[in-house]
Amino acid sequence: MKKIQAIVIGGGSAGLSAAVALKKNGIEDVLVIEKDEEPGGILEQCIHNGFGLHTFKEQLSGPAYAERYIRMAEECGVRILLNTMVTKLTADRIVEYVNAEEGTVQVEADAVILAVGCYERPRGGITITGTRPAGIYTAGQAQRYLNIDGYMVGKRVFILGSGDIGLIMARRMTLEGATVVGVAELMPYSNGLPRNMKQCLEDFNIPLYLSHTVTEVYGRDRLEKVKMMQVDENRNPISGTEEYFDVDTLLLSVGLIPENHLADQAGIQMDPSTKGPLVDDRYMTSAEGIFACGNGLHVHDLVDYVSLQAAKAAEGAAAYLQNGKPQGEPLRILNGNQVSYCVPSQFYPQDPADKLTVYFRVRTPLDKGTLVIRSGDKVIRSLKKRKLVPSVMEEALLLKQDMTGLTEPITIEIAED
Amino acid sequence: MVKELVCVNCPVGCRLTVEVENGQVRSVSGNSCPRGEEYARSECIRPERILTTTVRITGAIHRVLPVITESEIPLDMIMDAMEAVRQIKVQAPVNVGDVIAENLLGTGVNLVAARSMERI
Repeated sequence: MKKIQAIVIGGGSAGLSAAVALKKNGIEDVLVIEKDEEPGGILEQCIHNGFGLHTFKEQLSGPAYAERYIRMAEECGVRILLNTMVTKLTADRIVEYVNAEEGTVQVEADAVILAVGCYERPRGGITITGTRPAGIYTAGQAQRYLNIDGYMVGKRVFILGSGDIGLIMARRMTLEGATVVGVAELMPYSNGLPRNMKQCLEDFNIPLYLSHTVTEVYGRDRLEKVKMMQVDENRNPISGTEEYFDVDTLLLSVGLIPENHLADQAGIQMDPSTKGPLVDDRYMTSAEGIFACGNGLHVHDLVDYVSLQAAKAAEGAAAYLQNGKPQGEPLRILNGNQVSYCVPSQFYPQDPADKLTVYFRVRTPLDKGTLVIRSGDKVIRSLKKRKLVPSVMEEALLLKQDMTGLTEPITIEIAED
Repeated sequence: MVKELVCVNCPVGCRLTVEVENGQVRSVSGNSCPRGEEYARSECIRPERILTTTVRITGAIHRVLPVITESEIPLDMIMDAMEAVRQIKVQAPVNVGDVIAENLLGTGVNLVAARSMERI
């Protein structure tokens, strides 16, 4: 069996950044495996601007951001296999892939970085009764048809879910001449970035219905009508609040879920709060030598953080290839009050990383609160925070001396004042 | 009059407080960079936005090429700009940053390619 030093699965924003960082950290033999016909991943269809503010100190469109990383990967000699699908991964790092030229091939890697991205929750993942007509798309699927393949998906559009892709698509469809009649959001607050609320909905007078959902769709061949209902505090539809919209298209922006069937197959321990693999402070999963990053680890809101975290995972992989695994037994980093998840969620008190940024999200919007990082009863750090919302990822910084020698897990929590 | 705005310049989305008196901006606060103040001023007079869309392309890997305005254009011209851009057809190869339409609708702003596409 052919041996490769490091295989990166996925050639999107995470995979490209990880591959470049592997090279920069002295790993010579790096192979990226990408299923699409070109590298860049989902960025290629995100033609709007707002990418790269942290990484490049400028505002780029998605394709321009991807192109920078594609050039960097080319310049440092990363090999990218296109039109190639990874079909199997084992805990001892045997990667099976398939493509039209080579057929099915098995290779053995000393390190694997999972940069597999996420998928959109489909109609079947939520409760919408009714017929099964054409015209119901996930928002990202419609985005691909429109921005890469050049097809309009409909003329009168309703959008369920106020996540960023839903908002971006509300504007995009409007610009292309469609009428977006409304956006319904199940929660009493929007799940998108504040700026997208402004420039995608308010700019075009598109109504947002908070605490509302689509409960039924109508139409035989093509969608004709949707039923929207208000929901109570338990998210159950309230009878008597039915409203109908005549539309030919329904876009669903109802959640992103890390793509994890390869990790599952390798028996990697998953974190139920992110639905991605559980990783330590080097971004290594429970399978030795297999690392995870990007939206396949947890769903990010900014690509800049994807690139940054992927580079961290690559540093972890390079250190593993050069020096082996960290010393001692790991301890957990736990979700405390108001914290829905933390990544990474493990660290090595006998051999901690130099500096660890833990990314987390709050459960519900909070005007203000205090971020408290503690180990047992010992408070490591506390920091006042303002305007915390679930749609914006927050950071908690741990220094080497904070983690060294700890005997109890670290808890990250928000104390509500 | 005090206006509350969300800056759209970048994903940080700073919440701005703008004091407006007789159509003049008196003060801007809440911004974390100079572009926030600039945004608040133009937002209270004539809002401007970056336009991103696609144009038809032949001889390339895809049928459409993403394009972006080099800087903001007035929001009230966005729909007319879309109409103008819809007429444009380009041929591969194209390099990122190539000018696709010069001085779009007399705004003084160029529309440029958001990525490269080789000829295939």
